[in-house]
Amino acid sequence: MNKTVNKTFWYSLLSVVALFFLLPVVIILINSFKSRFVIMAEPFSLPLGESFVGLDNYFSGIKASGFFKAFGISLFVTVGSVVSIIICSSMTAWYITRRKTLVTKLIYFAFVFSMIVPFQMVMYTLTYVAVKINFSNPLGIIFIYLGFGAGLSVFMFSGFVKGIPREIEEAATIDGCNTLQTFFKIVFPILKPTTVTVAILNAMWIWNDYLLPYLILGSKYKTIPVAVQLTMQGAYGNVDWGGFMAMLTLSIIPIILLYIFLQRYIIEGVLSGAVKG
Amino acid sequence: MKKYAPVFLLPLTLAFTVFFVIPFLGGLILSFTEFTTVDNAHFIGFDNYIKAFSGDSGFLNALWFTVKFTVVSVVTVNVLAFLLALLLTKPLKGVNLFRTVFFLPNLIGGIVLGYIWNVIINGVLSYFGVDITFSANYGFWGLVLLMNWQMIGYMMIIYIAGLQSVDRGLVEAAYIDGANARSALWHVTIPSLMPSVTICTFLTLTNSFKLFDQNLALTGGAPGKQTSMLALDIYDTFYGRIGWQGVGQAKAVVFFVIVALIALVQLYFTRSREVEV
Repeated sequence: MNKTVNKTFWYSLLSVVALFFLLPVVIILINSFKSRFVIMAEPFSLPLGESFVGLDNYFSGIKASGFFKAFGISLFVTVGSVVSIIICSSMTAWYITRRKTLVTKLIYFAFVFSMIVPFQMVMYTLTYVAVKINFSNPLGIIFIYLGFGAGLSVFMFSGFVKGIPREIEEAATIDGCNTLQTFFKIVFPILKPTTVTVAILNAMWIWNDYLLPYLILGSKYKTIPVAVQLTMQGAYGNVDWGGFMAMLTLSIIPIILLYIFLQRYIIEGVLSGAVKG
Repeated sequence: MKKYAPVFLLPLTLAFTVFFVIPFLGGLILSFTEFTTVDNAHFIGFDNYIKAFSGDSGFLNALWFTVKFTVVSVVTVNVLAFLLALLLTKPLKGVNLFRTVFFLPNLIGGIVLGYIWNVIINGVLSYFGVDITFSANYGFWGLVLLMNWQMIGYMMIIYIAGLQSVDRGLVEAAYIDGANARSALWHVTIPSLMPSVTICTFLTLTNSFKLFDQNLALTGGAPGKQTSMLALDIYDTFYGRIGWQGVGQAKAVVFFVIVALIALVQLYFTRSREVEV
């Protein structure tokens, strides 16, 4: 008896907390179906009767912000950056862990050092360099993310490489593999757990990043966070709240979908990233 | 292996040099100059640093606000995350579902998150005829609330992993020796959780200290600049005050030094823990 009462108590407590975590998202979702004129006046009412506008807000929000273009740019930049970060930093990490010279030690130190530098420190000069050499476009920003994301990724990959016995690689060399073949056929598949972690950490960072794409790509190639911010900033108090709610909802939906399918990997990735980083 | 060095090292090191090393060193140099575009910089010694700490620069206000916010966030996030982790390691069915829900906000980007809470907090405050820019206190607690919503789930999974690795035998031994649930928690479980506590404390510490997107979207620093945190203050100095770019860069250097010091303290704690184990 006591045990079931206890259980009921714990479940109720958990449900209340879960409500606190879900409610903000649900309120935005509900408001995205309400007329833009009642959202600010009655943000917690349900879209009933005249205040229900169906998908109108979605049409106006998508049109005003260029949402699908922003989605495409976000996707292009994120995928491009994550793929290049994984390939380049795993190669570099393996090489500098296996061949210890003064130069490779120095490179490793520089990468680790970059992890503690906040973005504001290089914000102005980085933007200047990028514009100067014509890298202020969606392809160019991939190289910027590669340079800026290198630190953590190299650090995590080399931590893992240290634990792989050299004998496997030596056997491959004896069997006639050159260094590139050894890396891609033997080492890279072994790195898979770290690859997943590195991919998730970088994807979360780049997909949600606001300041770097705002400074580098500006309003010409808006990513989703930039589109959201510019919609608000450009409205000067005259906001289409309905369209804005629809936009917020649309920017959360892809994340939730991905989370449903990749939940285990995401949580494990973030966990091991936290413990090692 | 040596002849493959360019293939393995060049792409990443090049991107890293152009988009990190050069901007970093450039930023360091520019903090001692006066400039409006980088090309017209001229050396002025420590003037920027003196200006940065002068009364009308806003830097000290932002520093104080950031420190207050960070202390309150670190304590609330960690206490609540730990309590949730305790709840979710009870032998209850369906705890994984709750874990999934609690972690969700962590995946949503700072800008979108900031606007979600902007709508909700302003919605509540509108019943009292004010909004979040009415008083710096509203902005402060709004940011704390937002930070809790975002970070609790993340810290919770680290604490859960820690709790699951606590030696059950030790806890049972404590019970056999006559300990009750509370003293077993205080004297056995929590001490063996110290590694997780260190990780979580520093993660919330650096994340709170470097907060930018959420600050920009939730309050934008309003009223006045009273709720500007360091990162936002640096951004405003760079892009909002003509002729103050050098001061912005000097503030950024100070910001970097503080963040680096936090990282060094963290390294010290993690290292001394490793020796113990």
